[in-house]
Amino acid sequence: MPRLNRRALLYLALLLMALAVPLYGNVYYTRFATQIAIYGMAALSVDLLLGYVGLITFGQAAFVGVGAYVTGMLTVAGIDDALIVWPAAMLVAVAFALVIGALSLRTEGFQFIMVTLAFAQMVYYIAQSLRSYGGDNGFTLGGRDALAGMSLANHTVFYYVVLALLVAVMAIAFRVVGSEFGMVIRGRRDNERRLAAIGFPPFAYKYAAFLIAAAIAGLSGALMANHSSFVSPAILSWQVSGQLLAMVILGSPGTLIGPVFGAAIYLVFQQVLSDYTDHWMIFFGPLLVARVLFIKEGVWGLLLRACGAHEVPAPGAVAPDRGAAE
Amino acid sequence: MSPPMLATERLHKSFGALKVTDDVSLSVEAGEVHALIGPNGAGKTTLIGQITGEIMPDSGRVRFAGRDITALATAERARLGLARSFQITSIFPSFTAEGNVALAVQATERHSFRFWRPAASMARLHDPARQLLRELGLAARADTIAAGMAHGEHRQLEIAMALATAPRLLLLDEPMAGLGNEESQAMLALLARLKGQYSILLIEHDMDVVFSLADRISVLVNGRIIASGGAETIRNDPQVRIAYLGEDDEFGEAHAQG
Repeated sequence: MPRLNRRALLYLALLLMALAVPLYGNVYYTRFATQIAIYGMAALSVDLLLGYVGLITFGQAAFVGVGAYVTGMLTVAGIDDALIVWPAAMLVAVAFALVIGALSLRTEGFQFIMVTLAFAQMVYYIAQSLRSYGGDNGFTLGGRDALAGMSLANHTVFYYVVLALLVAVMAIAFRVVGSEFGMVIRGRRDNERRLAAIGFPPFAYKYAAFLIAAAIAGLSGALMANHSSFVSPAILSWQVSGQLLAMVILGSPGTLIGPVFGAAIYLVFQQVLSDYTDHWMIFFGPLLVARVLFIKEGVWGLLLRACGAHEVPAPGAVAPDRGAAE
Repeated sequence: MSPPMLATERLHKSFGALKVTDDVSLSVEAGEVHALIGPNGAGKTTLIGQITGEIMPDSGRVRFAGRDITALATAERARLGLARSFQITSIFPSFTAEGNVALAVQATERHSFRFWRPAASMARLHDPARQLLRELGLAARADTIAAGMAHGEHRQLEIAMALATAPRLLLLDEPMAGLGNEESQAMLALLARLKGQYSILLIEHDMDVVFSLADRISVLVNGRIIASGGAETIRNDPQVRIAYLGEDDEFGEAHAQG
C-alpha cells in the first residue's frame, strides 16, 4: 500500500479512536482525553517554534496563561459567549507576544531560552499580584462559556468542541508549515545565516511564527480555563513551559501531531505514577532521556515506522522534518 | 562612466588594537572578475563580512552599483543583487537539492508572508530551480536530501542558490576549497562560464584558478591592500613576493609555470 494512503488511514484510525472516547461512558476518561487534547494543542504551538523555526522557547506558558486569565476574567464579568471570549483570549496572547517577541527574538540560543523564561516569570508574578482575582490562589469561573448559545457544561459536548478545535488548528498548522512562509521558517531552522544571505530578513519571519504560536497557545489557555472552570498562576509557571517542551521532545519535534502524542504519554504517566508517589518525575525523567538516546525519531516517528507510513520525500518536497533539538 | 558594481571606500575595522581592515578601497567593475588573494589571517573574512553586512565597519562606506549600502542588513543587500557562496559550505541540510534552490528563487519575490498554498507544488519556484540544477549538472540529485550529498555537490549547490537569487554580483568565497581534482576542473569550467555574465569578487587560494580567471587581482596582507592590478603586475610585484614567501608555495609554483 502506498505510504501516503497508510498515513491517511493512520490519521483516520486515530481520529476515530479520539471520537470514540466518550462512548466508553466514563466521564473521568472523557475529561482526561479533553485535558490531553488541550495540552496537545499547547504543545503543538511549542512545536511550531521548536520543530520548524528552531527556537527553543521556555516561556510558552505565558501565552497559555494569558489566554486562560482573559477567558476567566471575561467569563466572571458575565461575558460568556465563546465566540467572543476565545478569540479575545487569542488576541491578548498575541498582544503579549508582540512585545515579548520583539525583545526576545533579538537574542539567540541559550539567551533566547533565558529571556523567554524571564518574560514568562514576569507574567506569572503579574498574575499573582491580581488580588481581585484571587492572587496566588486563582479564581473559579462559575461555569463554562457557551458556544453560540450552546451550553458546554456537558463534558462530552465540551470534549468534542475541543477535539474539533484541535483538528482545525492542526490542519491550519500543516498548511502553514507547507506554505512559502513555512519554507522560510524551516530554512531558518536549518541555517539562519544562509537564509539572510539569499535575501530573507530572518527576524520578520521568526516574529510572525512567534505570534502564530502565541495565538494557538492563547486558545489552548482559553480551553484550559473552561475545562476546569478555574484559573490560577500555576498555569503560568515555568514548569508548564517545561512540560510543553518535554511533550514535544517526547512526541517528535517538527511533526505537529507528535507533540499531541507526547502530551498523551506525559499526562498518562503523570496520572499513573502520581498515584504511587509524589516524586513521579524521578521515573519520568529517565524515560525522557531514553527517548532522546534510543528513539531518535520520537514516539510519533516510531509509530509511523511501525505502520510503514514514515516519510519518503516526494519530488521537490523538503526532507522529513527533523527536530532542531537533535 | 557607470559606477562600479561594488566598491568599498576606505574601510576600517579594528578588533581591539588589531587593525583587521586597514583603509581598504576595492572595486569590482560591471562584468569584471576581481580576485582577492592574501595569506591566511590577512583579513579576507572580515572584509567579506563588511561587504555582505554581517560586520559593521568602524569607518568607510560600501557602495553597490553606486548606492551606499553601508547601513543595510545582509538580507537587504542580497535583495539588491549581492549573492554569495560561503567558504564553509552553507546550505539548508534538511531540504532536497531542489528545495534549496527553490527557496533561493522564492527569495526574489517581494515577500513570503503567504501562509496557505503548498510551496512544494509551485511551478514558479520549482521550474527555475530544476533548470538551474540541470545547468550545474545536479539534475540527477534534485530529490536528494542536501545533507546526504557530497562536498563537491554542496559547492555546486551553493552556486546554484546564488544564481537563483537573480544576482548582479557574485561574491565567491574560496569556491575550490576542499575539491578533488575532477571536481576542481568542473568548478573551474563553471566559473569560466559565469565570467562575463556576472560581476564576480573571487576569494581564492588556488593561484592557477586566480590567474586563469581574474581580470584584476588585489592582494590583502595584514588588513591592507598591498598591490592591485593584472596578473603580470601581481606576479612581478616584489612586495607580494615577500608576503607570500614561505607562506604559500603555490604562488611560487604558479609563478614558475607562468
